[in-house]
Amino acid sequence: MWNWTIWKNALTDSVKKLDPRYQFKNPVMFIVWVCALITTGSLLTHSTRLNSSLWFLITVSVFLWATVWFANLAESVAEGRGKAQANDGIPSDREVIQGVAAVNESALTIILICLSLIFVVGFATLLPVARFLAPDMPNAITVIQLAALLVCLIPTTIGGLLSAIGIAGRDRLVRKNIIAMSGRAIEAAGDVTVLLLDKTGTITHGNRRATDLFPAPDVLPEQLADAAYLASISDETPEGKSTVELAKKLATPTILDGNYSDAEFVPFSAASRMSGVIIGDRDIRKGALDATIKWVTECGGAVPEAAKHQAETIARQGGTPLLVADNGKIMGVIALRDIVKDGIRERFGELRGSGIRTVMITGDNPFTAAAIAAQAGVDDFVAEATPQQKLALIRKLQAEGHIVAMVGDGTDDAPALAQADVAVAMNSGTQAAKEAANMIDLDSDPTKLIDVVQIGKQLLATRGALTTFSLANDIAKYFAIVPAMFTPIFPQLSPLNIMHLGTPETAIASSVIFNAIVIGLLLPIAMRGVTITAQPLVTILRRNLLIYGVGGLIVPFIGIKLIDMLIGMWI
Amino acid sequence: MIFSFLIQMIVLVAVLALVGPILGWAIARVMDRPLGGDSLVSKIESGLLRLCGVDPTQEMDWKRYSIAVVQLTAVGIVVLALIQMVQGWLPLNPQGFDNVPFHLALNTAISFVTNTNWQSYGGESTLSYFTQAIGLTPQNFISAAAGIAVLMAFVRGIRSQSSASLGNFWVDTMRAIVWILLPLSIVLSIFLAGNGVVQTLSRGPHGIAVGPAASQVAIKQLGTNGGGFFNANSAHPFENPNATTGLIELAAILLIPAALCFSYGHWVKRKDHGRGLFIVMTVFLVVGMGICYSSERITPSAPGQRSLVVGGNMEGKEMRFGIPQSVIWATATTAASNGSVNAMHDSFRPMGGFVTMAIMALGEVIFGGVGSGLYRMILFAMLTVFVGGLMIGKTPEYLGKKIEANETRWVIIGLIMPSLAVLGGLSIALVIPGISTLLTNPGAHGLSEVLYAVLSAANNNGSAFAGLNANTPGMNTLLGVLMLVGRLAVMLPVLAIAGGLSVKSPGPDTDSAEITRSLLFYVLLGSIIVIVGALTFFPVFVLGPIADALRH
Repeated sequence: MWNWTIWKNALTDSVKKLDPRYQFKNPVMFIVWVCALITTGSLLTHSTRLNSSLWFLITVSVFLWATVWFANLAESVAEGRGKAQANDGIPSDREVIQGVAAVNESALTIILICLSLIFVVGFATLLPVARFLAPDMPNAITVIQLAALLVCLIPTTIGGLLSAIGIAGRDRLVRKNIIAMSGRAIEAAGDVTVLLLDKTGTITHGNRRATDLFPAPDVLPEQLADAAYLASISDETPEGKSTVELAKKLATPTILDGNYSDAEFVPFSAASRMSGVIIGDRDIRKGALDATIKWVTECGGAVPEAAKHQAETIARQGGTPLLVADNGKIMGVIALRDIVKDGIRERFGELRGSGIRTVMITGDNPFTAAAIAAQAGVDDFVAEATPQQKLALIRKLQAEGHIVAMVGDGTDDAPALAQADVAVAMNSGTQAAKEAANMIDLDSDPTKLIDVVQIGKQLLATRGALTTFSLANDIAKYFAIVPAMFTPIFPQLSPLNIMHLGTPETAIASSVIFNAIVIGLLLPIAMRGVTITAQPLVTILRRNLLIYGVGGLIVPFIGIKLIDMLIGMWI
Repeated sequence: MIFSFLIQMIVLVAVLALVGPILGWAIARVMDRPLGGDSLVSKIESGLLRLCGVDPTQEMDWKRYSIAVVQLTAVGIVVLALIQMVQGWLPLNPQGFDNVPFHLALNTAISFVTNTNWQSYGGESTLSYFTQAIGLTPQNFISAAAGIAVLMAFVRGIRSQSSASLGNFWVDTMRAIVWILLPLSIVLSIFLAGNGVVQTLSRGPHGIAVGPAASQVAIKQLGTNGGGFFNANSAHPFENPNATTGLIELAAILLIPAALCFSYGHWVKRKDHGRGLFIVMTVFLVVGMGICYSSERITPSAPGQRSLVVGGNMEGKEMRFGIPQSVIWATATTAASNGSVNAMHDSFRPMGGFVTMAIMALGEVIFGGVGSGLYRMILFAMLTVFVGGLMIGKTPEYLGKKIEANETRWVIIGLIMPSLAVLGGLSIALVIPGISTLLTNPGAHGLSEVLYAVLSAANNNGSAFAGLNANTPGMNTLLGVLMLVGRLAVMLPVLAIAGGLSVKSPGPDTDSAEITRSLLFYVLLGSIIVIVGALTFFPVFVLGPIADALRH
């Protein structure tokens, strides 16, 4: 936030943005721009004819321009931070960010424009009203007063900070190493009700690992470890490597130190579904349950019931049993298991807390899937899923009105990613997956979706909070400006000056100044985002309404009064 | 006097709270029932539809539905204006009234077709029995029924399972007339005629104005129309002879709008929501009545002088109703977009007059017109979920349907168009040359008189503050345009929203629904209604009724 280069660039940038062609894109601020121009114009040309003090005209003109400039500055600072982040080695294409279509932002913009329109028409009405009420006072209400009133009342606070909020939101994603290609997806993230995750590489580490060795009844654990070690030393698959790692812990030192350069390796094949090694007269194999049993039986060996039973238990728990056999004798069972990533269970719990159902999708059989699902703490799972089924599932959920997020990395995930509302592809994933997704996670960490959801919610909540604040402010501003403007026509209106502001001029000037500086004061909130806690929605709503609604009602009364007192010391 | 006020107010609210749910349930049933059937009413219904050449099985999307609404409005205006412009040559004109001039005929036609029932004329001195009974009274039914029809289309949009159809406008309108408005009006007019309201087609003795009043009064109250048979409206003893008919007519003003809240709960299967909206409306109504009463109970006196009268501000009020019923009526009639009056609002003290204006300025959502009040309230509810949804970081969702950019646009347009019309109309009215000569008062009170007229027209209320001679070509045209804007510029956005929502599939019953179940939602809804109204009208109200009040 306090990086000097950012601010230096933002300062020049914000002045360049005073160009009316740029301002026109933000109708609310364009109205302020026009009002500032009118005020400055009348300051330079008619100042003697309008019966206002010079300090008042100058103050109002200066702070009307300041209002526009603060809004520009907010946007430039937000952009500057985004750029600085992008220069830190994260590839972020600025064109993409600018081309983002933000649905909710445009809905809010419509509301702000319509509100501004009401104020423009409403205050224009005051001219004929004043002429009707006071035909002998041609300058009962001056254009400067109307311009000041208009700028204070139109939602400049949110209008000025709206684009900064959006940019800062995307910037927060970039900070989490997530590249968003669509603003719609960021907003939709806050509404996600179902999260689909591919199992492998997403919930579990990409590969199964050997976790346990179960020796057969008459075999010592070291013997099994030795056999498993030898059977796997040439096995370059992740299963083989993890078996070696596990076996090393138990195997006898002589085996570990042995030289096996003369050993003959039996590679894994789809037909045999076994791999192994032949060292001298020892033929050691490890492999799938039925394949190994077949081999042992062919060699004339027996399969102990206990080992078979053990293998079945492992399979039922979602693991993959590998039988180890040494010269036709069953040595024991290696349990290969999916390792659920650390902390994922807790993060799924958090998701559940924020109303998101997690569904694991896997090509595994239902047993394995159920076991992993239980271990990872997902709410539901779909086993033996094909790419078509994934797509169909998303369509079905969407037809039920769910907002579906999908995290995937493989090419077979691409159709599903393209269909999902929020589609996060792992950076480690295939090109097809990345192209189909609307966000890419550079860290390939699926649980980051929680961050995306959080940021999406924050984005909306910040807009809502500042809109509420902006509108609640208006009540106090009315009580400051309206009595000041109208007491010349109707002296009996002075009791409405409930803040006891010094003079009509100080009252209007204080409101304009407050209105301008509040944009600057709220910039940190716009950049940081409003906090959304994991509480019931009604509690969050109550809290935010108290802070930004009731707060927005009270703060300007205090702020305007203080500024009025300050001005009063000098005038 | 305060007891009389409290008791009448409590009785009124109790009647609404007890009869409303029952009538609401019945309305929900008949509007959703399949066509056909053996009952007499079903036969009348299908017979009339056949007579009108309607194919009842035709389903309309929002565009077709809107076209039908505009067609009915246009035809209604043309026919009604023509009847007035040739009434001198038509039968049932015992007093021999002349043809009505074009600008007044147009104003009156728009007024009755848009359910405003603003009257620039005095009924007993301008319009023949034919015009009143054959021209105006049918429009009282049709305009109210059209309001229910559009509400029904809105409901279908909200609750549909991704289908573009909003129903059939002609069927909905006909159904509302024959099943709801006609039976209730028949009962009420018989009651009123039996209790002294005039009902005759002959000319009154000694030049006393009489006519077929009871039949028009019944629907004028029930259909939130408000156009009186006589100029003095329900202050006239032949329209409203005593306190009993007064209380019954009073309840009739709010009955259907209140019942529709409960119907809505049935239609969208969220009875709590319908009840919630009813309670919000009731709270506003009761507060309005309270302020109005506390203003009128004070006896006005000139500065420095002791008042010669006691018992509050009786100017412009009928002795047989007293201050309590006058205040309750004034608040109810402006709240419900009815517009019938039993006392002269111009003679209320400034704060009392302020209540009547403020409650219209809120957008005719405190019960409001038949159908129209509720659909405007639903627009506010949608704005509330928009703000509330943002505050909790969710894309806004109303009863399971997402409120996106398209809907938001029409919500806000539907909400602000009447206000824009009020403010624009006020500007134009004030620059009409010689406006002061049309007013009975200068200054702040004069401004109130003009403001009241444009508020009443653009919000389709139709009550008059009095004190403004609105029967000039300029004012008649201006108010006519405002009434048309206030009607169609809300109805068409409502139908556009219905169209947008209808094709969406409803979402699962997620936590977001919790928001609309919470008390907080209704508090927020009420605050938004107040804040939108206050932000729009604060300056003109300060210069009008508030400046007027502080002078005293």
